[in-house]
Amino acid sequence: MNGLLILIPAALLLGLGGLVAFFWTLRAGQYDDPDGAAMRILIDEDELP
Amino acid sequence: MSLAAALTATDERDLGAAPVETRFAVPDMHCAGCIAKIERLLPGQPGISGARVNFSSRTVVVNHDAALAEPDLIRAFDTIGFAAQALHSAAAGQRNQSLAPLIRALAVAAFASMNVMLLTVSVWSGADGSSRHLFHWISAAIAIPCVAYAGRPFFVSALKAVRAGTTNMDVPISIGVLLATLMSVYETIVDGQHVWFDGALTLLAFLLAGRVLDEMMRGRAASGAEALVRRTATGAMRLAADGTSQWVAADDLAVGDRLMIAAGERLAADGVIAQGRSRFDLSLLTGESAPVTLGEGAMAAAGTLNLDAPVTLRVTAVGEARAIAEIARLMDSASQTKSHYVRLADRLSRLYAPVVHTLAAVSFAGWMIGGAGWHQSILVAIAVLIITCPCALGLAVPVAQVVVSGTMMGKGLLVKDGSALERLAQADTLLLDKTGTLTLGRPVAAGIAAIPVAQRPIALALATASRHPLATALRQALEGAGVAAVPLDNLAETPGVGVSARHEGRQVAMRRPSPAELVGDRGDDRAAVALDLGDGATIIIRFADALRPDAGEALAQLHALGLPARIMSGDRADAVAAVADQLGIDGTGDMQPADKMAVLEGEIAAGRHPLMVGDGLNDGPALAAAHVSMAPASASDVGQQAADIVFLGDSLLGLPRAIRAARATMRVVRENLGLAIIYNIFAVPLAMAGLVTPLIAAVAMSSSSLIVIGNSMRLRWAVK
Repeated sequence: MNGLLILIPAALLLGLGGLVAFFWTLRAGQYDDPDGAAMRILIDEDELP
Repeated sequence: MSLAAALTATDERDLGAAPVETRFAVPDMHCAGCIAKIERLLPGQPGISGARVNFSSRTVVVNHDAALAEPDLIRAFDTIGFAAQALHSAAAGQRNQSLAPLIRALAVAAFASMNVMLLTVSVWSGADGSSRHLFHWISAAIAIPCVAYAGRPFFVSALKAVRAGTTNMDVPISIGVLLATLMSVYETIVDGQHVWFDGALTLLAFLLAGRVLDEMMRGRAASGAEALVRRTATGAMRLAADGTSQWVAADDLAVGDRLMIAAGERLAADGVIAQGRSRFDLSLLTGESAPVTLGEGAMAAAGTLNLDAPVTLRVTAVGEARAIAEIARLMDSASQTKSHYVRLADRLSRLYAPVVHTLAAVSFAGWMIGGAGWHQSILVAIAVLIITCPCALGLAVPVAQVVVSGTMMGKGLLVKDGSALERLAQADTLLLDKTGTLTLGRPVAAGIAAIPVAQRPIALALATASRHPLATALRQALEGAGVAAVPLDNLAETPGVGVSARHEGRQVAMRRPSPAELVGDRGDDRAAVALDLGDGATIIIRFADALRPDAGEALAQLHALGLPARIMSGDRADAVAAVADQLGIDGTGDMQPADKMAVLEGEIAAGRHPLMVGDGLNDGPALAAAHVSMAPASASDVGQQAADIVFLGDSLLGLPRAIRAARATMRVVRENLGLAIIYNIFAVPLAMAGLVTPLIAAVAMSSSSLIVIGNSMRLRWAVK
């Protein structure tokens, strides 16, 4: 039973962390162009045509 | 103000303005290389300061000088090897404004429901005594603030409805959620067996998911009427009696004023030409892009573009009396009529609220009369409100519409509003504009077969050297025939004359034909160029506006789908008859914008659901008045804003494809609604009998929503 006193707050904090992270990604516009973001990692910065 | 000062003022208006943004659809982006190419090469083009690709929606936002017009930008795309089409719809930022609060509420509801569910599952699997009490208290601590935050969209809307003395879907939702939460708090305090926190939160999460999708499919109303009035000039040069001229703002013009209209200037007022003769672009009223020659005594409307020579205009109408203001008024009134369409989901919710209220009240009353006491009667009523939650109902329509519009976007069909799919599925008559809709609205070279094969590379090289529309058309025709250009020497372009060069020592040219060369085919008023390809003979190439590829095939498919077609055009009756005969359908010519709108209103009054397809400025009122409307992406900004669906590319096959997709969507929506109703038929009696525990409610709610989502996913393959 004593384990619960640590585990429940830990679970809630992790969940809350996830929620805060989601709000941050939303604010940072990370869902504006999901396909493009996947493509952009393939663009080589120094290979200028 | 002097002429010079007026010119400076104009320049400041056009060039000194901050850089503007224009959105383009670029359907043929396929890879990271394309993104890099567009974002690196486009800012190198004159006047363009930046480009940002959105690969998911296949669009590019270009930052450019205000002086750069759309055709210039499309040419810039062409230079780096991409075909682009300008898009005119509500800005993405505006859309996000109403969406973001809903997404935040959804995130909070999802977070809270998952955590509460974790604790609730422990209770279901046997936790009792003090640990159950503890879990209930923790659940309450999470649920109360989260219900207050995530439920706000529903509470606000329900409160508004109650204040107005009506009821909507949000009223039973709000009552259910609030009652369930309050009752659970009470149960927590008295250490009862069942709490409904998980039910209330899951309900909110599913409903918010439906709301988010629904909001994504809600079109931003833009009638296009403003874009229309922007087509007129902001002022004009007024001639005084003593022969001097002065720049006057459009608002200060009066009937009877004499205006000096320079070549390339748009008219600020309606008038009669008092002196001079020039060619005018009348596309505003007729939809025809081909210029028309007007002489003394001819009427010209505001917004008309003077192409060739300066003329003097005597003003006959200004301000709201102008023909263009009348068209804008027609558009406004037409779009207001259209907004009376009630979406399927809204029609259902009108039925839904009274039924649920009655069921919950009857259950409560029944258990009270049966002698069960307040506590149990309220619990049963809450179970009824929760179990009849319109989760599946709220998801049924938007999920299907979001899935299908995403797939349609991949096929070059941009759906601006979810209700457009509902209305498109009902369409039973098709009315088409001619120029720019059935036809490409740009010149296409006819008879390149007359050029000897050996000389075609020279012709292509000449055509490539010029940006004249006819040269571009010739280049496209020759490239389409698989010709490759040869290098030419001394290449020179003389504006108004043509391109000349030397090839293997002989003079070659692509030029304006002399009147003598055109004598042979009198009565043929199509545009023409003459080609001298070094062998002494002159070849005349004619250009005509060609039918879109697959126009016949598309109309045949539409006919098979039960949509007989008819042409409504502002072009000459004989030109319309020629196209109509070629396609085997009816056609009417010489139609003014108000005539087109009247035809559509007649169709609607007769109980039909016309689909209007048009592109021009003159089609604006008709597009707004039709039950549902589509426009090609090559359409004017007015046409694009007034239409419900915009299709990219030259092919008309997008029309039957859109109709099939819309009908498939409505089929799935009806299946979804059927599933939701079947679920309620089984679940409601159980709830009224008091047999539904929070566990059963959680399973039933989730599974019915998942079934509806899964059924809607089938639409990914429906757009063929």
